[in-house]
Amino acid sequence: MEHGHHGPITPIRTYVIVAVALMALTGLTVFAAFTDLGPWNNVVALGIAIVKATLIILFFMQVRYSSNLTKVVVIAGWLWLMILLGGVFDDYLTRAWRFPGT
Amino acid sequence: MASVTLPAPKPVASTPPTREHYLNANYGIRSWLLTIDHKRIAILYLLSITVMFALGGLAATVIRVELLTPEGNLVSADDYNKLFSAHGIVMIFFFLIPAIPSVLGNFLIPLMIGARDMAFPRLNLASWYVYIVGGVFGLYAIVTGGVDTGWTFYTPYSTAWSNTRVVPVILAAFIVGFSSIMTALNFIVTIHRMRAPGMTWFRLPLFIWSMYATSLVIILATPVLSITLVMLLIERVLRVGLFDPALGGDPLLFQHLFWFYSHPAVYIMLLPGMAVISELIANFSRKRIFGYRFVAMASLGIAVFGFLVWGHHMFVSGQSVHAGLMFSLLSYLVAIPSAVKVFNWTATLYKGSVSLQTPMLYALGFIALFTIGGLTGLFLAALAVDVHLTDTYFVVAHFHFVMVGATMMAYLGGIHFWWPKMTGRMYPEGWAKAAALLIFFGFALTFLPQFMLGYLGMPRRYHAYPPEFQVLNVMSTAGASILAVGYILPLVYLFWSLWYGRPAGPNPWGASGLEWETSSPPPTHNFDETPIVTTGPYYFRRQVRVIDLGSSNAEVRELAHMNRPNQPGGSK
Amino acid sequence: MTEHSAHATEHSPHLGHHFESLEQQHEANVFGMWVFLITEVMLFGGLFLAYFVYRAVFPDGFTEGSHHLNIVLGGINTVVLILSSLMVVLAIHSVQTGNNRRAVMFLALTILLGLTFLGIKGVEYYEHFVEHQVPGALFVYEGERPELAGAVMLFTLLYFTLTGTHAVHMIIGMSIVGVMLYRTRKRIYSPEYYTPVELTGLYWHFVDIVWVLLFPMLYLIGRHS
Repeated sequence: MEHGHHGPITPIRTYVIVAVALMALTGLTVFAAFTDLGPWNNVVALGIAIVKATLIILFFMQVRYSSNLTKVVVIAGWLWLMILLGGVFDDYLTRAWRFPGT
Repeated sequence: MASVTLPAPKPVASTPPTREHYLNANYGIRSWLLTIDHKRIAILYLLSITVMFALGGLAATVIRVELLTPEGNLVSADDYNKLFSAHGIVMIFFFLIPAIPSVLGNFLIPLMIGARDMAFPRLNLASWYVYIVGGVFGLYAIVTGGVDTGWTFYTPYSTAWSNTRVVPVILAAFIVGFSSIMTALNFIVTIHRMRAPGMTWFRLPLFIWSMYATSLVIILATPVLSITLVMLLIERVLRVGLFDPALGGDPLLFQHLFWFYSHPAVYIMLLPGMAVISELIANFSRKRIFGYRFVAMASLGIAVFGFLVWGHHMFVSGQSVHAGLMFSLLSYLVAIPSAVKVFNWTATLYKGSVSLQTPMLYALGFIALFTIGGLTGLFLAALAVDVHLTDTYFVVAHFHFVMVGATMMAYLGGIHFWWPKMTGRMYPEGWAKAAALLIFFGFALTFLPQFMLGYLGMPRRYHAYPPEFQVLNVMSTAGASILAVGYILPLVYLFWSLWYGRPAGPNPWGASGLEWETSSPPPTHNFDETPIVTTGPYYFRRQVRVIDLGSSNAEVRELAHMNRPNQPGGSK
Repeated sequence: MTEHSAHATEHSPHLGHHFESLEQQHEANVFGMWVFLITEVMLFGGLFLAYFVYRAVFPDGFTEGSHHLNIVLGGINTVVLILSSLMVVLAIHSVQTGNNRRAVMFLALTILLGLTFLGIKGVEYYEHFVEHQVPGALFVYEGERPELAGAVMLFTLLYFTLTGTHAVHMIIGMSIVGVMLYRTRKRIYSPEYYTPVELTGLYWHFVDIVWVLLFPMLYLIGRHS
């Protein structure tokens, strides 16, 4: 396959497999939503969504073949989202905590 | 004999033809409004932000005059609220955040890294137009009544109660945020991808490291403000509650979202100031910055840690005690990289060949005032102390020390230092020194009393106060009038210097850096040939430093890569 | 078949004056798009934060609000977007292998699928409007637990804000794909130079990822009882 400065060309087969997997995961997440998994429903839904997003990032967005710099950008985006969510949830989840003397 | 008619003798040119550079390459308003030259865009920004600074300063003037007397007798309480809101909004969003990056950053980054322009020149021009649109919205809003919410737009007042021009002001802030993002994106890609051959990361001037760190902060923080302002607009227009307690909404959610941007925003304002200071200290001590790698890493450290401390603006707002503890601890940690920089700059002075020209006066003033500003931040980071000091003039003094005492002075120092490069003219040193001293002492007199006022309990954002606070307030206003003179002077003599200043050569300071290796003002394409970098920055020791502009690029690129001792240009 | 020689030179009409080579320009452009996408992550992140905070505070109200959403239409839309992302990568593949005609076809299919998505979204919005499930003065609570009314409206507000912001990004994306379609038809792109198409693809996939997260977040709360 040609390797211009644009990077390796992913075969069509790979793309189709990923698309089919994404649709299967969509079906799976709907199925899981209608199944009573107790407290795990939310975790499963989020987990499947993350797997789908990862597949799109790695294969459709070619991050699998991208430079380390691109991978750093992807990880940084994720990390900063977690900082935002984490910091705020630290407040909300500990609002009810009582410290000795307060 | 045939007569020959000789052609008339041509007149001899009495003056040599003027060298072409970026200012005279094209004339006419179209060549400026449609320019993609990063240097011209920097000048466009310089003019715009100066106008904004004047407007913000005007608001401050009325504020300080009102505060001369304990009674609120110059303006009504509502008008006073509008004044400090306008002062904050204009100064933060339209002056401090764009100033050093969009003026000095735009002008210098390609020059310092040896590039011909930014990675995305048209995006650069677009960022200025977006800034102008945002500015027009903001000015329109202020002129038609302004807002009384403070620059912090706290809910539910801003969404449910305030009867002022909240929507256009929010739109203005929203729009100008995109200008900031575009600039930062350009900087990041440029610094990563457009460095000249041989310009490795650790050969970059520290100015670039700090601007890079600033750009990272802008990219990650500003979009959060953008979407928060959208949520504010939705809430105000639809009158439904994301942040309205009546509907079960939480005003604190707004504060979390707002400060998630606005705390890193102060580092967006500070880091570029530090960028300038590194260059000023090195060049006016004729010495490499002590602990170069530490200073470079400290810039990144400030950028990262700056994202972890936003809750220290919310200690008394109802946030959980646990969150307060975490944010307090992290706020102490964020001071460390700043301290590293201050120590390293100071260590650079030791055994340096220090010359006290105007830019150095600003740099030394920065170190003094930033130290005070930064240390008083630690007072505020202590939870228990903050309960007493929050929303008092102590906070006002603290942030003016770091925003004005530090960033503004760094901006002025940078403008003076690079003025000959940007304009080809020197400013008058006597007047400049006088202005610098007026600014330093005027600033100190304005804001030192405010620490005391705050500690004694005077609240911020009040136009009337108990009579026992009058003496300190009068001192503060007296200082402000001196400061005002100090600010007006550069406007006058810098403008004057454009016609009557002493013409400057490529390197009037004997400074180090690629920007000084090209003419003043630089040609449109910056360098006649792409520079090949073979040494690190702050190159004062050796008397001879040759940048090999003549050899074939491929050959010298290989030499730069292999770093052999006896290559052209001296050893590393 | 293509306009350019097999070996792109410094004199390519696509090379900016400030770049040394097409490769440098390409790297800068792709990196620039990724930096832009990270700003989009933080933009949506603020909305996600508001959503997750209120979902944690009002679990019952949000569950009820979620049940007002049409899971069939939402599911179809998810499949539509996944297919549209496939069309985009196939379009790029076609350009990479020099098949201009197929590239045009796949880009057109992308737009078609995007319009389908927006159409279905429009139907959903209309249904909401008709059932008075819109935030603001027109909201009417139609459940059995009036104490949840505020939370249900809050859910509705966030639903419209999240999907509305997403839809705005879809519209922008489709416009850009439209421009790519036009330019591809004019044979501007080739295996040597198709960076704008590549960048468009990255943007499109990002918008797809946002929906992939929104679908379970909004449509699939507490469906199992």
